[in-house]
Amino acid sequence: MARMTVEKAIALALREELGRDPRVLLLGEGVATKHQDLVRDFGGARVRNTPLAEAIIAGTAVGAAASGLRPVIDLLFAPFMAYAMDALVNSAGKLRYLSGGQFSFPLVAMGLTGTGWCVGAQHNHNLEAMFVHAPGLKVVMPAEPVDVRGLLRSAIRDDNPVLFFTDLGLLHQEGEVPDDPEHLVAIGQAAVRRTGSDVTIVSYAKTVGVCLKAAEALSAQQVSAEVIDLRSLKPLDEAAILTSVRKTGRLIVVHEASGLCGIAAEVAALAATRAFDALRAPVVRLTGPDAPIASSWALEQAAVPQPDAVVRAALGLVRGIDRVPPSEPTATFA
Amino acid sequence: MHPMTQTPAGPATLGVGYPESSASLRRLETMLTIRVYEEHTVELQRQGAPGTCTSVGQEACAVGVVAALDRRDRLLTNHRSAGHLIARGAEPRRLFAEVLGRTDGYCGGHSGSLHISARELGVVLTSTIVGGELSMAPGVALAQKLGQGEPGGIVAVFFGDGAACEGIFHESLNLAVQWQLPLLFVCENNQWQAFVHRRETMPEDGISAWARGHGLPVRSIDGNDVEAVYAAALEAVAQIRADGRPRFIELQTYRQRGHFEPDDQSYVDPAELAGWLERDPIRVQTERLMAAGMFDTAGLAALQERVRAQLADALAFAQASPWPAPEGLTDHVYA
Repeated sequence: MARMTVEKAIALALREELGRDPRVLLLGEGVATKHQDLVRDFGGARVRNTPLAEAIIAGTAVGAAASGLRPVIDLLFAPFMAYAMDALVNSAGKLRYLSGGQFSFPLVAMGLTGTGWCVGAQHNHNLEAMFVHAPGLKVVMPAEPVDVRGLLRSAIRDDNPVLFFTDLGLLHQEGEVPDDPEHLVAIGQAAVRRTGSDVTIVSYAKTVGVCLKAAEALSAQQVSAEVIDLRSLKPLDEAAILTSVRKTGRLIVVHEASGLCGIAAEVAALAATRAFDALRAPVVRLTGPDAPIASSWALEQAAVPQPDAVVRAALGLVRGIDRVPPSEPTATFA
Repeated sequence: MHPMTQTPAGPATLGVGYPESSASLRRLETMLTIRVYEEHTVELQRQGAPGTCTSVGQEACAVGVVAALDRRDRLLTNHRSAGHLIARGAEPRRLFAEVLGRTDGYCGGHSGSLHISARELGVVLTSTIVGGELSMAPGVALAQKLGQGEPGGIVAVFFGDGAACEGIFHESLNLAVQWQLPLLFVCENNQWQAFVHRRETMPEDGISAWARGHGLPVRSIDGNDVEAVYAAALEAVAQIRADGRPRFIELQTYRQRGHFEPDDQSYVDPAELAGWLERDPIRVQTERLMAAGMFDTAGLAALQERVRAQLADALAFAQASPWPAPEGLTDHVYA
């Protein structure tokens, strides 16, 4: 095991895959500047700085992917992907299907998002559900360095376009990463981060940490919470969600992205349609508001689901909502 | 034999009495094949088939440029792709089948007329999003440059004046120049951008000035003269093969039909249209060959008759082709 940050885990995965497969390319605004060691070891033909033009970065990746290469593009911040939408959604996501399967698009588009840096809504917008809604794409958003490395490697090896979101707030978070040079994390598999029997809490990215804090607090109140880290948003690990919901009978879904037509809505619908008989209470969604995220720390944090809100929701489900008035004090967190 | 190989006979070989070695005559036949093919697709739309964007009037652009390419090269095209596909040797029967949504189409009926790709012909990544082809072309050329294509191959991308008004036009040219990509930009300036005339959208008559600003060699050519297009494309292709850097050709032409079928063209200036019809590319080439004594009225009639018969057979094949099975609805979404 080696201890490293999410940022280092990304760099490690890029190095490993560039070294493993000569078809892998790294393109983006500053990738060669930022990863001079990769330029040195793999050459400037494969690790390329680009103009500050997301649409052509993504379009070039699509064309290269269909022509035998396996590009990874760093689009910096997720909202910048709006400029790359045509290439990613209309080309990478659709031209395999429209061509009757003549082409495949093995590419990875990376973007940072999430709260914690007070960068405001044009750098922080959790728009992962937009891409989940686009056919032909896969979407991952890991929560730990081990999964960042393992999922990025799987994404690069996947024959489909994969959107790889990294939570800004996790970038410098450390974790254990296996030394095994072949360690991979499969796309489409959730992880149970904490087992429990009273309530299932589903989340992804750094909000998993919020839910684990809440589960710890709930434990002190004799409520046993199971925490599931989705890791992949598309394909969604439906079996993992349903297995847990069938066990606990209660479901809370928590994420920073806004709620309307979001991941939580999909998970709630999954439970309602496939595990209705097992549900003992209504599903609860705790999400960001339908609002751009402000830069002010106070407002940014107000938009984020906090552990005490998760605790409150869980107590409401387990003990009955009427017995948990909004004024009841809940655990506080530093 | 395949027309892209520049061998004497095209897929529809010329009949007895015509000079088989005449590349010019073959180009006329290919243009005529495209024209008759698209007349059929217009008629199919009237009978209830999905609408289509024709390239009627722009046949010389497709035939002239594609004739200058060879088997190693790859093409990206757009929603007005029939000319590029047929010039590249696509079988009309499989094109018709695709337009009709049948299994024998090049894309198994998934595409319809608007985004037909034929990998086996090197026609890759057709996008009907105006400018989509320009966004992907540098990547195809980068793969070529990094050794993924056939040695010596280049990439040609076809787009129009409408796409040149998209921001991606500039991003694409800039990257191709900066990265020294083996890419031929072919702008078919057909004067129309959907339902808006080009003069309403840009200060100059053409795209070339914008292209020159990106620092690559640019030529502006009469796009209704197939021989002029062919000569310019041949020169540009040779230059790209020699130095691996991009070239730009603007072809001045005219969209003779509406943006999309059906379209009554009530917004079109009849005098302008009539002026361009005088310079119809098939007419220009026919008159040239007749003036050279290679052709006469009887020969033209025989050629037309043969092309019509071939396309009637192709259409019959397509109409008999089975519909895709609904069970395959979600096939090919993921690899």
